[in-house]
This record gives sequence, C-alpha cells and structure tokens, in this order.
Amino acid sequence: MARHIVARTTDIPPGGNKVVGIDGRDIVVFHVNGEFFALLNRCPHEGAPLDKAACVARLTSPEPGVYQRSRVGELLRCAWHGWEFDMRNGQSWFDPKRVKVRSYPVAVESGEELQKGPYVAETFPVHIEDSYVIVET
Amino acid sequence: MSDVIDRPTLEQEASAKTRLRIIDCDIHPSLHSRADLNPFLPKRWQDHLKTYGDHLRTPYIGTTPYPRSSPLIARRDAWPPTGGPPGSDLAFMRKQHLDPLEIEFGVLQVLDLFIFSQQNLEFGAAIQRAMNEWQLANWCSREPRLKASILAGQDDTALAIAEIERCAKSGQYVQINVSPRANEPLGRRRYWPIYERAQELGMPLGIHVGGYGGHAPTGGGWPSYYCEEHQSNAHTMAAQLASLVIEGILERFPKLKIVFIEGGFGWIASAMWRMDRHFERFRSEVPHLKRRPSEYVREHFWFTTQPIDEPDEGRHLRSLIEWVGVDRLLFSSDYPHWDFDDPRFAFKTPLTDAERAKIFNANARALYKL
Amino acid sequence: MAATRIDCDIHPAVGGTRTTLLPYLDDHWKEQVVSRAIDGLDLTSYPPNMPLSGRPDWRPVQGKPGSDLAMVQRGAFDQLGASHAICNVLYGAQAVYDPYMASAFCKAINDWIAAEWLSKDERLRASIVVPMQAPDLAIEEIERRADDHRFVSILVLSQGETLLGRRHFWPVYQAAEKYKLPLAIHAGSQYRFAPSSIGWPSYRYEYYFVEAQAFQAQILSLIYEGVFGKFPGLKVVLMESGVSWLPAFMWRANKTWRGVRVEVPWVEREPASIIRDHVRVTMQPFDAPPDATGVADVIDQIGSDKMSCLRRIIRIGSSTATTPSRRICRNPSSRACAPTIRWRRFRG
Repeated sequence: MARHIVARTTDIPPGGNKVVGIDGRDIVVFHVNGEFFALLNRCPHEGAPLDKAACVARLTSPEPGVYQRSRVGELLRCAWHGWEFDMRNGQSWFDPKRVKVRSYPVAVESGEELQKGPYVAETFPVHIEDSYVIVET
Repeated sequence: MSDVIDRPTLEQEASAKTRLRIIDCDIHPSLHSRADLNPFLPKRWQDHLKTYGDHLRTPYIGTTPYPRSSPLIARRDAWPPTGGPPGSDLAFMRKQHLDPLEIEFGVLQVLDLFIFSQQNLEFGAAIQRAMNEWQLANWCSREPRLKASILAGQDDTALAIAEIERCAKSGQYVQINVSPRANEPLGRRRYWPIYERAQELGMPLGIHVGGYGGHAPTGGGWPSYYCEEHQSNAHTMAAQLASLVIEGILERFPKLKIVFIEGGFGWIASAMWRMDRHFERFRSEVPHLKRRPSEYVREHFWFTTQPIDEPDEGRHLRSLIEWVGVDRLLFSSDYPHWDFDDPRFAFKTPLTDAERAKIFNANARALYKL
Repeated sequence: MAATRIDCDIHPAVGGTRTTLLPYLDDHWKEQVVSRAIDGLDLTSYPPNMPLSGRPDWRPVQGKPGSDLAMVQRGAFDQLGASHAICNVLYGAQAVYDPYMASAFCKAINDWIAAEWLSKDERLRASIVVPMQAPDLAIEEIERRADDHRFVSILVLSQGETLLGRRHFWPVYQAAEKYKLPLAIHAGSQYRFAPSSIGWPSYRYEYYFVEAQAFQAQILSLIYEGVFGKFPGLKVVLMESGVSWLPAFMWRANKTWRGVRVEVPWVEREPASIIRDHVRVTMQPFDAPPDATGVADVIDQIGSDKMSCLRRIIRIGSSTATTPSRRICRNPSSRACAPTIRWRRFRG
C-alpha cells in the first residue's frame, strides 16, 4: 500500500472535507468529530461527487414519529439522489451488503516520517509539531 | 446476489468515433431573482408581483407543504459558485452539464413562479409571457444549444392561444407547454381549441409534471409525505394519458404530438394494457374512439426517460423499454434537480448503438425538428 | 388444497335501503329511512346497468345483478367451480357523511349478509362493511363480528376521505391484526375528492382506469405511515385493482425511498419487500399484456413466488369468461401455474 500525504489536519475543519487526486482518482477526505475518513469521490449509483454530500446523523426509528439520532455527521447523503453512506466503511444504508463506496484507511501521523505525496509537506521547522493527514492507497 | 457495487455500473466510455451527442429534453433554467423578469413584465404586473405575489392553491406563500429532500429540489453540487440558485447561471450550466456531457441540444422547461398554477389567470398569463421572453433573451440567444418551450397555461384558453400565436411567429420555440395539474383533465372539451392550434402550427404539446391544480394528489386524499407526493407525479401522468386518449383528442386532432416530461416511462406499458383491456367493456360509453387506446399512444405520445426506473434486474428495465417502444423515448436529465439522470450511467441495461442513437438523439431531433 | 378455489370477490346487491335493509335497522333508523325516503345508495362507481357491473347472463330478469342468491350460487359455484366465495357488498353505506347513519347502515348490511346469504350457503363468506368515517364505530362493528368466522376480512373503499395509512385509522388496523382479519380494499369511491390529481373525468372509463393509481396511493400511504411496521400481522388485499402496474410501481417506490428515507426512518426496508409480505392482489380484472410471454414477464417482475396472488376465478358481473391466469395454467411449464398463484387462508 502506498501512503500519501493529502492535507494538514488543520486544512480540513470539522464537518468539512477536501478532495485530492491520487493516481488519477479523486478521493474525498472528511473530518468528523476529530476523525478523518477517506472515500472515492464517486457515488456508486450514478457517479455523483460525494464531497457535496450532506453530512448527517445516522437516523433510525422504532416507530412512526420517533427519530433516533446517532453518529452525528458520519453519514453521507449523496448530493444527487440522497443515498446514505456510512463514512467509516462506505456501506450504503439501505443495502449495506451490496452497495458501498470504496473507502480508504486514513491515518493521522506526524510529519517527519512521511514520503512526499500530492500535497507536498512544507518543511518549516516551526511546523514540525504540526499533524499531517496521510492517506494510504 | 451480484457483487458489491462500488462503482457506477455500465460505464459507457465510448471511443471518440462512436461518441453520441445527446439531446437532453428536460433542463430547468432558474431566475436569479424575480427581478430578472422585470424587463419582460409590464409595470402593472411588476407591482402586482411585488404586492400580491403568488396566489396558489396551497397553504404557503414561499414553499411547498411537502418539503423536498434537498434545497430547491436541486443536486447539492449544482449551486453556482458565483451565487444564485441552481440553474440560474448559464456559464455554470455549460461547465457542469452542457459541455462535459456533450449535450447537442437542451430543451428548457421553466417551472419558476408556479407558472401554470396562478389562480389569477391574467397574472399567470403575464408571467408566462415574461418567461417566454426571458427564455429567449437570457438563454437561447446566448446559447444556441438551448431551445425554448412556449408556456401557455390552459385554464384561460383565449390567453393561452394568444400567447401561442405570438411565440410561434418567432419560430424559436420547439413545443407548447401546458400543465398536467389544472382545473380539469387535459382531455376536456374546454381545452380543445389549444390542441387545434397546436396541430395547425405543427408543434408538439409538452406536459411537464408539477403544478397546483387544486385537486388532491390522490383520489383518496392528501398524503403526508414527500415520498408519496413525489410518486404521485407518475400517477398524474397516467391519468392524463387516459384523459387525452379516452376523450378522443387524438381522434379529433390526428396530427397532434404529445410529450410527457419527467413522468418516467415504467408505468406506460401497464397503462396501455389497462386501457385496452377495458376498451370493449366501456366501448359504448366512448363511441368516438375508433381505435384501441394503445394504438393512439404508440403513434402520438413520447416520453422523456427521467426519472428512469431502477428494477433490481437490468432485464426488467429492458422489458419496460421494449414494451413502450424505443421510438417513444426521449432522454432527459432533469438538470439541476436531485433525481437527475446522468446519461452515462442511468441506463443500467445494455442498449444497442441504434437504440442509443434513437433514445439519446434521433427521436428528439425528429420530434422537435432540430 | 389443490382443489380449493376461492372466488374472493362476489357482489351481492342490496335492492334498497327501504327494502333489503329495513328489517335490519332499529326503530329510529327505520323511521328515518321511511319518512325521509333515504335510499338509493348504489355507488357512482358501479351503476347497475353498466357492463362492468353485470355480465349479461348473470343479470336477473328483475333486480340488480347479484341480487339473486340462486343465480350467484349457479355462477360462482356451479359454472366456475369455486369451493368458496367471499361476499363484498358495495352498497354505499361507507359513503354517507353522517357517521351514525353510516354505522347503522353498515351494521344492517352485515346483519343482512349473515342472515340471508351466509346462513343459506355454508360456502359463502363475507367482508365486514365498516364506517371508516368514524374509526371507533368501525372497530365496534368489527368486534361485533369477530366471533363469526364467516366474516373473513374488513372491507374499505379505495378512495375515501383520508388515505388509509393515516394515524386515526390505526386502531382499526389494531383490531384487524388482533382478529386476524385482512383489510380488503375494493375499487370504489366515496367521492370526497376527484378520482385523481388531474380533476374530474368525463367518462367512467377514465374513472375506472385511474382506480389503479388510487390503489397505489393507498399502498404508499400504508407503507410510509408505518402501518405495517406497527401492525406486522396485518395483511391487505386489493380487489379489482388490476395487477400489471405492480412492478413499475414497486421499483419507483424503492427508488424514492432509497433517496428520501430520512423522511420516514421507521420504514426499515424497501417498499417492494413490504408489499410482497403484506399485500395480496386479486387477479381479476387482469390488466394483462396481450401475450402470454408478457404475462409471464409481469408475474416474474412482481416476484410472484414471493407474493401470493389470490386467484380469483371470475367476478360475478364481469363480462370476461375466463381469466388470463386460467389460460396460463393450461400451460404446465408456465411459472404462473397453480403452485405460485394460490389461495392462502388468513383465518382459521
């Protein structure tokens, strides 16, 4: 697996995302509650860009009129047809076994140990303590 | 069960020599703001718009009682970066839609200001006229790929016919739009003068889903949810198909052509079978019908493809296409709405080159004389 | 079981309120009906002389089609070989506005059917006619019949005052589930609304056509309002709805639900799956494709091996002599043969 630096953690505010190109594919990295998730930026339904998806709560309900929210911000509602995907593993809500978005492991690591990637880490000594977001492909 | 679906199925990456240019029969341009209409609206109606606004058969001034699942019913990526609502920026429409998808022609369908649903019919006619002008001035004259449709709300037939004749003179419109949800079903006698005129002019009639006609979306009352109301659009189209056929419109106006827009096409086969099955039983009620209903449908109606049906098995989509007939189908995207169909990925069943050519181009080209 | 053939939908006709039903009304309603000449509740949906309302050879010399028990017996049992038949009375007690009148007339209809039909032929069953204008009174009527196992379902019309999934009807479904009575939705209108969103049609032909859409709207309502989630034992039977619209309807519902699920998160699986589990459809009239291959395709698309279609032999009053399902079953290799289209008893 190749590891690519895609952003500083500070580049992606909570609730935001960033799209990077790696090996000819667009990958979108989301920041939710201190965690980072990376997915192929393409809905498996008709190819919509997921970086414009709404980030919503996981919504369940035991009966009509009752709305249970959990994992706020970790579900994506696709920008086009509204299909819901779990950011953690790319699985669709309505058919998790069959429909999913390709997801990629994400690690947040400190800058010193890393190879250069599409995002070239700046080597200012004053930023040595900065965290970089690295994506493995 | 098939493999995990993790990429758009059946990507059609045709090589350059077979790449098909697409005619998109349903694109929605938007006003940037209502003030955009002022150049085309007499002052009296500008003032009316500002003072009284819309007068619709629905509880709210500013929105629908069935909130949509995304803002302004649109794809979330269709908001122009320069501002304004989805569909309001021509440059962005070119960049996001017309250019990358190689749209040869796009047929405009205006929905703003509930054009056909204004209860003040004179005001409605003024708005329609303004929108007809706006289509040409702001869109078609700047972008030759885009084609306009005459908005002619049928509930005042005299005003509608006046507008049809005014617009037809310019030769710049490809069809005449009426509403699927008006006071009475489209087949009713009071609307026949409009069809007569359309036939004389040799222009197809376009019917795009939507509108507040004042009737409940279902025969059993008002649904609670957008999920239900959205699907009721297909029901509306089926009911209108029956009205137009059973009232004998195509017998009376045998050259008339009719396009149903944004109703999808999965329901059509059953509608034809149903009408045919009951034809003998009701024949004495409708002696004016000389042919079986399905024959009228196959000769006089076209259907845009969006929202495309999505059966679990591609061969079932294939059946739907064959039952209604490849010749009847016109590709449409519904850009920039959320239930948009991407021409590259929407058809999850193989089509032959000849079929693709018809659905994505030739049928519309012939119908709209492009 | 293979020999059991049930005609799920016959229509005994009420001659009149002042005639047929009078003996079954209490003194107050007797006086009202007679002194005010309250009568003639034949539904607009089914004018007695219309071809759809009665096959020529099943029209008695006098009276409405379906008013003669002996003729019905000959038709359903002798001619068509049914072992049982279910009486669905379409006399319009359901459509009056006064809820107490509706309740009294529904009770009278059910009493009449029990006394003059069910008691005269043990092969007959009936749906309970209920006043949906007042759900609590509808439940009273259901409970009145609950122990009489000749009543096998609850009859409602496809076009009422509010869509069937709405909350105020839930206690009715609770009763239906409790007593294991399916909800039988029959084509017919209370005429509270235009029969479709486009307005009032000129012809009965159009009206009958849009009944298909009315049924679809009712199914969507029951699904999205969460009725099947709340009452998992509830079954719904569609009567005279047509069949061939089912596949495209289910696919469109799935498509919408996948994208707009957040509106109705209590709907936990796709609508088509719920329909296959909870909804049954009578086959007549079968708005079928003109060819056997098309019919087989439609049945394949419905997923008929998952969803039982009650086989309805013939409707008393229908002008067709045979049903396509019968023609299909002459072809033993057809998937649509008897094993996949069969009757399942919901009660007892």
